[in-house]
Parts: sequence; C-alpha cells; structure tokens
Amino acid sequence: MSPEIGRGPLARRNPVAKLGAALLIALPLVATIDPVSAFVALVLEIPLLVAAGLSARQFWLRTLPLWIAAPASAVTIALYGAPSGEVYVEWLFVRVSEGSLLLALATLLRVLAIGLPAVVLFVTVDPTDLADGLAQIVRLPARFVLGALAGMRTLGLLADDWRALSLARRARGVADSGRLRRAAGMAFALFVLAIRRGSALATAMEARAFGAPGARTWARPSRLTTGDALLLVAGAAISTTALAVAIAVGAFTPVLGR
Amino acid sequence: MPASTATPPAAVEARGWGWRYATRQAWAVRQVSLRIEPGQRVLLLGASGSGKSTLLQGIAGVLGGADEGEQEGSLHVAGLAASAARGHAGLVLQDPDSQTILARVGDDVAFGCENLGVPREEIWSRVGEALDAVGLDVPLDRPTSALSGGQKQRLALAGVLAMRPGVVLLDEPTANLDPAGVAEVRDAVGRAMDATGATLIVIEHRVEVWLPLVDRVIVLAPGGGVLADGTPREVLGAGSGGDAAPAVAHDLAAAGVWVPGIPPRVPPPPVHATGEALLTAHDLTVARIPGAVVAGPLDVEVRAGEVLGIVGANGAGKSTLGLTLAGLLPPAGGRVAASASLAADASPRRRRGQADDDPFGWSSRSLLTRIGTVFQDPEHQLLARTVRDELAVGPRALGLAEEEVSARVDDLLDRLRLARLAEANPYTLSGGEKRRLTVAATLAARPRVMVLDEPTYGQDATTWAELVAIIAGLRDGVDERGPLAVAAITHDEGVLAALHARRFEVTR
Amino acid sequence: MHASTSARETSQGSSDRRVPLSERWRWRVVDIVVASVIAVACAAVFLLWNVGYEGPSALLKPLLPGIQGLFAGPWLIAGVLGGLIIRKPGAALYTETVASVISALVGNQWGPLTIASGLVQGLGAELVFLLFLYGVWRLPVAILAGAGAGLACGINDRILWYPGADTLFTTVYITSTTVSGALIAGLGAWLIARGLAATGALNRFAAGREVSRRV
Repeated sequence: MSPEIGRGPLARRNPVAKLGAALLIALPLVATIDPVSAFVALVLEIPLLVAAGLSARQFWLRTLPLWIAAPASAVTIALYGAPSGEVYVEWLFVRVSEGSLLLALATLLRVLAIGLPAVVLFVTVDPTDLADGLAQIVRLPARFVLGALAGMRTLGLLADDWRALSLARRARGVADSGRLRRAAGMAFALFVLAIRRGSALATAMEARAFGAPGARTWARPSRLTTGDALLLVAGAAISTTALAVAIAVGAFTPVLGR
Repeated sequence: MPASTATPPAAVEARGWGWRYATRQAWAVRQVSLRIEPGQRVLLLGASGSGKSTLLQGIAGVLGGADEGEQEGSLHVAGLAASAARGHAGLVLQDPDSQTILARVGDDVAFGCENLGVPREEIWSRVGEALDAVGLDVPLDRPTSALSGGQKQRLALAGVLAMRPGVVLLDEPTANLDPAGVAEVRDAVGRAMDATGATLIVIEHRVEVWLPLVDRVIVLAPGGGVLADGTPREVLGAGSGGDAAPAVAHDLAAAGVWVPGIPPRVPPPPVHATGEALLTAHDLTVARIPGAVVAGPLDVEVRAGEVLGIVGANGAGKSTLGLTLAGLLPPAGGRVAASASLAADASPRRRRGQADDDPFGWSSRSLLTRIGTVFQDPEHQLLARTVRDELAVGPRALGLAEEEVSARVDDLLDRLRLARLAEANPYTLSGGEKRRLTVAATLAARPRVMVLDEPTYGQDATTWAELVAIIAGLRDGVDERGPLAVAAITHDEGVLAALHARRFEVTR
Repeated sequence: MHASTSARETSQGSSDRRVPLSERWRWRVVDIVVASVIAVACAAVFLLWNVGYEGPSALLKPLLPGIQGLFAGPWLIAGVLGGLIIRKPGAALYTETVASVISALVGNQWGPLTIASGLVQGLGAELVFLLFLYGVWRLPVAILAGAGAGLACGINDRILWYPGADTLFTTVYITSTTVSGALIAGLGAWLIARGLAATGALNRFAAGREVSRRV
C-alpha cells in the first residue's frame, strides 16, 4: 500500500502525530456506544477529512471497506444485539428490538467516526517516515522498528512472484480445478520465498553494521512541530467534545460493565 | 568504534580458520590460513562447497553467534576480530532483491552510515559521493523497487562504499544479472576501487569478467585449506588454455569455474533435419499486463528438431513472447496457432470460445502434454514435498496409472541424475539440481514443445554444460516421440552457439 | 544479567550449545525481520478472514448463540506461529500484535480495537510459552498456546463486543473460541511451521535445525 500524495495541509504532518491523532479520536469514542457521540464526532471530523486533500476518487476507494463493513455490522447488531424496549421481530435467536436498533445505529456511526479519520490519516503516511518517527520521537528500539519495516516491505514486493507462481501452475497441468487448494499452495510457496528473502535481507542489514553496538544516528530527522501539535489537539478536541455532548444530552452508555 | 573519517585499507588475516554451521555435520570451511595485504585485490575461487561464501561472511562478521555454528582458529580484519569489526568490511551479496533495505535510493545508501553513527551532516555528502562512485545517476527519492537488477547491485555497492570500509567483499555480485548489468557492475567496482584504494575480495565463477581488476587469485580446496595462491597468471595460466594452463586451472574448470581458455564441453550439432512447425505466430503483439504492449508485431515459428533462440535487450519482451507462445499469456494482438498435429484432441478451458489451435484457450491438462514451460526461477515451479512427488505431479494430473507414473518418474530420475535426491524436499536442492528437477518435471508429461526461460541463468560451467547437453538431447529426440521443438529465451550467446540455435531477435 | 551458563536442552534434544540464557533469548536481526514477515503474512490471512467469516458465522449464529466463536481460529494463528518459529520471549506477543496493527491500519470494521484484541490474544499464547520456559515447542504446547490465545480472545470479545450477553452466550462463546484456537491456531500453526522447516527456509532458526541435520 503505497502512500497517496495528499495535497492538503495534513499530508505533510509527522506520521507519529497522525497516528496519535487517530488514536486520540478513537480511544475515547470507544468508551461509549451511543449514536449521539458518534454523530457529533463525524460532523466534527469533516474539516479534518477535507484537510487531508485527497481527491474524491482516492477517498472513496480507500474508505470503501468501511462503507461496506459499517452497515454489515449494524445489521448484525440489529438482529442479534441485546434486546431492550419493544420487540419488533422474533425468530429463533433473532430478536429485533427498539434497543437493538438503537445499538445498530450507534455502531454504524461509530465505525465511520473511528474508521474514516484513521484511513484518511494513514493513507498519506510513508512507512519509512513512520519508522523514523517511532524510533526518534516515541523512542521505540531502532532494531525493532527498522527490522520490522524491512520485513514488512519484503512481502509487499512479491507481486511479480505471485503472477509467476500462478502461470507455473497452469503450465504444470494443475490449474483446471481445485482453486482454493491451489491458492493455498501458492500462498505457502510465497511464504517460503518471503522468509528466504527476509533472512537474506537480515544478513544484508547486518553486513551494513545494523545492530552493531554503539549509538545510531538518523539521516532523516523526525520532529514534532506546532502543526503536529495542533493536529493532536484537534484529535483530542473532536473526541472530548463528542463525549461531552453525549454526556450532556444523557445518551452516554459505557461499554464496559454492562 | 565507528569511524567518521575515511577508513584506511585494511588487511585480512586468517589463521587456521574454520566454520561449521549448526545444521551440517561437515565443516563448511577448514584450516584456512592466508594474509591479504591492505589494498590488494583478490579473486576467490573454488568448487562449490569449498566454503567461499562462508569465508566472506566470516570476514564481514555476519555468520552469527554460537547458536548458529562453531568457529575454530582466528580471523582478523584490520587487526580486530572479524565478528567485532562491523563497519570495517562491507559485503555485497548475490541477489539484488534481497539487498534493498529501504524504499528510497538515498535512504538505502544512507543506512550503513546511520548504523555506524556518522553525523547527519556528513551522511548525505557521503551518499552523493557513493552514488557518483558507482555511476548511479538517479534522484535520491527514486523507489528502489523500480531499479533494474544491475542498478540494484550498484545501489548495494554504493551503500557499502558510503560506510568507507577498509575491505570490500563481493559475493557473486553479477551472477543474477544480464550481460549489460554485469558490465555496469564491474565498471562501477573498478571505479570505486580506484577512488578508495580499499582491499577487494571477489567471488565469481565468471572469471574473465574480473581478471582485469584483480592482482591475486586464491583457490580454496573443498576439503579444507588453500589449494592455490598467486597471481592470475601463476594460478590460471595466461588464458591460452589447453596444455599451457597449470593443473589447478584444469581442476577448477572441472569444478565449474569458467576459466578463460578452457571452455566447457558442448554437444555435437543437430542430427536430424528440421521438422514441422509446431507453433506459429502471426502478427503477434505481446503484453505482460493487458494494455501495455512490449513487443510486436512478430512472425515466428517454433519447429521440431530445432532450437529457437529468442534474444533481445533487457525488457524487450523476450520472456513475454516466450510465455505467450507457451499459451500462458494471452496475445495482445495477432494470434498464436498450433499445428494440427499438436492441437489434435486438445480440450478447451471452461467458458472459452477460443479457436482450437490457440494454446491460450486450452485447458491446463491439455497444455501439459503439448507445451512444457520451464521458468527462470526454479522455486516458482516447486509443487510437492519430495523430488519424486514433484516429478509425479504431471503424470498424476493426467490420471495415469500408478505403475506408469512410477516408471516415468524412475526413468527421469536416472536420466537427469536426480536418483539420490529422490526423497529430499525440492527446496533444499542446490541451484543446479533445482534446475534439472524443473526440466525433468516438465518432461514427465512428455510435451512436444519445450519453452525454456533463461535456462543457464547464473549457473557455473558444469551445470551449464549439463543443461546444454540435456537441451540438445531434447532437440535431437530422446525417445520414440522423436525430436522436440525447443524455444530458449536467453541472453547467453554461448548457449545459442552450443545448440546451433536459430536466432530470433525481439526489438522494441 | 542471568548468571546461568548451563545450556537448557530443549525436550527434543537438539544440540543448543553451552550458550547463556540471556544470549539465547536475545532477538537477532533475522528474528525481527522474519517475525515481521510472519506478521504481514498473517495479517493478510486476517484481512481475508474478516470478509470470509461473515458467511459461515451468519449461518451458525441462529443455531446456538456464541457458536460463532468457532471461527475465531484464523485470527489467532499469528501469535502461535511466531512463537513456534522464532522461539524467543515476546515472539508470540510481537507477531500477533503487529499483525493486528497492520489489519487495523488497512481498515476493518473494528478499527483500533483490533490492536487491543491482538495484544490480548498474543499475550494468551505468550503466557503458555512462558509457562514452559520457552523451552518446549512440541505439538501439545502449540495446541495449548492456541487454546490460550483462544481463551484470551473469548474473554476480550465478551467484554468489548458483547457487553450484556447472558451466561449461555458467554459460556458457549468462550468455549468455542478456545477450541477454535487450539485446533486452527495451535495445530494449524504447528503444521505450517513444520512445512516451512522441511523446505529449509528456517535454517537460521532452531525450528529448522531440528528437522534437518544433513551431512
């Protein structure tokens, strides 16, 4: 998943700030399951989504999974959620009630409220810059951050190999039937290739003195600027405002302890 | 300790050094004693299994700790123990794809400097110098995945040079490259060595590529120890070959090294006259991804009893043409037609209204017995858990009786000398053995046409000669079915000459 | 620092040499890189299963509430597989967490809570491996680790996703996630690790060294 080039003010923010903002939006919202907080959050997020500067096509394409998943989970909750209030439909274990419909609405809005900013923020994040930020700002161990980055890249570069694997199976006479089994076999072969390549990459990294004792310097400095601080504040503001409104209106329903 | 100024050329000294991997009983290297002076340029040779790569990795200090193997003797770089001298030796490995560490060119080159603690201001000037030294003129934010093989190897070399090591180690850096890439890398190394004066140790079995650059040749013996050590002339002879070359040179040639002046054996010219054209392409344009035409329109025939050599520059579409002829990729324009005898009784794929003589429209099983394809990377074609089962995949897919399957498998195990590996996992075979295995597996279904993509890619002289002999045997007909039609995609002119192939050049 | 220098032989009797524990438990670069490769591969499985599980689960849910826990196995496989291959402290936790982070980043209906699930599930497997002092890696331990991850998953889901569910649902759900973890994650991961070791891809790991001792 290569980063899109957003053109808005958000695109150039430090990836750690983007990660932090997404978490600041998500975590408080997760504490409650009511439609009001999710709706308020969604409305407040619109300027954020616009500030990312994605084209319409990029936006809809990348958030597509959310637009599918949100209604799907809402329907599931509507049918099987904890019943309360008037019951409309009842069949076997399906129980559609006033309470479950309300929960479904809340779930739909909440999935969007948490997911949309997360997707939009991460779409413009370059993995190398994120690794730099995590190691320099959050101070995660450099060996792990860079090793993980290198390992993750490895699998992503195997698209050509996948194509070759499927052509090879056609040539060997086994491509006529058994699609699932063939896909599993190809996935295994790709896994072997990825591990082999990852092991060789680890040797190459060690050959460039990676993991050697002594302090490491950073060619690409990663710092938090005022713009990043503003982004974090905006994220926190969105979720706290949403929660405050929900509490004020009386719709706040905590997730834990039910 | 990291050096922030240029590291002077380093000496390498081994005293009775040996290494055994934890997974093996036998020692990979044993009793190696040598001293390489600072600034010397050494070519390290030896039969496969003589531990050359292990020695290089030992000098680079990447062999791992006590849980990965055991060491005997001592190995020193610039006076320090090799395992503790990170940064004094830089290593470039064989596979271009396993050495690109970061996604952007500049970042990848800067990686080594970062690890050594070089101050930031100095890193980027070193990056620029290193890229200039290897002649890689690309912007710093170019994605590394967009580089060609030769460029990737030069990038790895730049990453090593930016560390300013005292010793530069190259482990078969050009084995996986086409001739243009080989020349690029060799020239880049020459320039870089002239600029830095660092010590150089190269492993490569294509000797004449590196002879102009080196002033010393060391040969390792398979059982342990150093077999020969001296100037290129002393060890290999003057390149005139024949009886004038020393015994060592002949031993090396027998072990698979491409010794200048001692060429490998080539098979005799074709016995039969060329037969019918089994595949014909009319006005064919080919594309890897639909819409992106790489070559064409072309008219070409693949005839029985003959080897068609498909040649062309890198990226010109040779492989794409080969795969389209083999019925694996759809033609972007024009058509591929199989002869009547080849297309007889071929069953179509489901839901396809293609003409019966177009191989792309055939079912996988029909393709299996008519056109066999051997891919460039053997690991893409491994399907089973033992060599025997691998050979049996094709016959079993045809629904043959078990006795017939066993008979074919045993015959191929003998013919291609894989019998002692019959129960081994295919992934654990050596490169040359994997290649023979994939050729054998394709032959098990007895196709009449064989398409081979770079069959001699990265092979030493012995495997090269074996494969060329096998292909010649197919061309001349090994059993009652008679001569096969062979199409070989290759950039190796030696193969074409050895097989008396008809050249077909694909130009953009 | 551990003062013990006595080698801890694994139960299979593979010859780990006399290496101090602290060194044997330290992560090498290849451990980090390959653990990340495993995490990415499992994240791909997670993402596919996010979509794929809806069908079977919707079919089974009406029959017995909570039985959809039987389909939780594929999401638990990263931790057990990482632990079996890398065999160092934290491997199961690392692999499962990183896989769930990737799954969350790519986007799914559970959002950042996926990461919480990953942490808890990884911890479930990790604790089992810890119980055996990171020294036993045979099939029963793999199955137990899968069960541990399944149990953790069941409890986590019950608290976060099914608040207010009744006793029947809770019992059925947690039992089925545990069983699914044991079979799909535990046994499945063990089989995959063995298959990989047979190909020689794991030669730099203890898991590969058990299988092959070539001459």
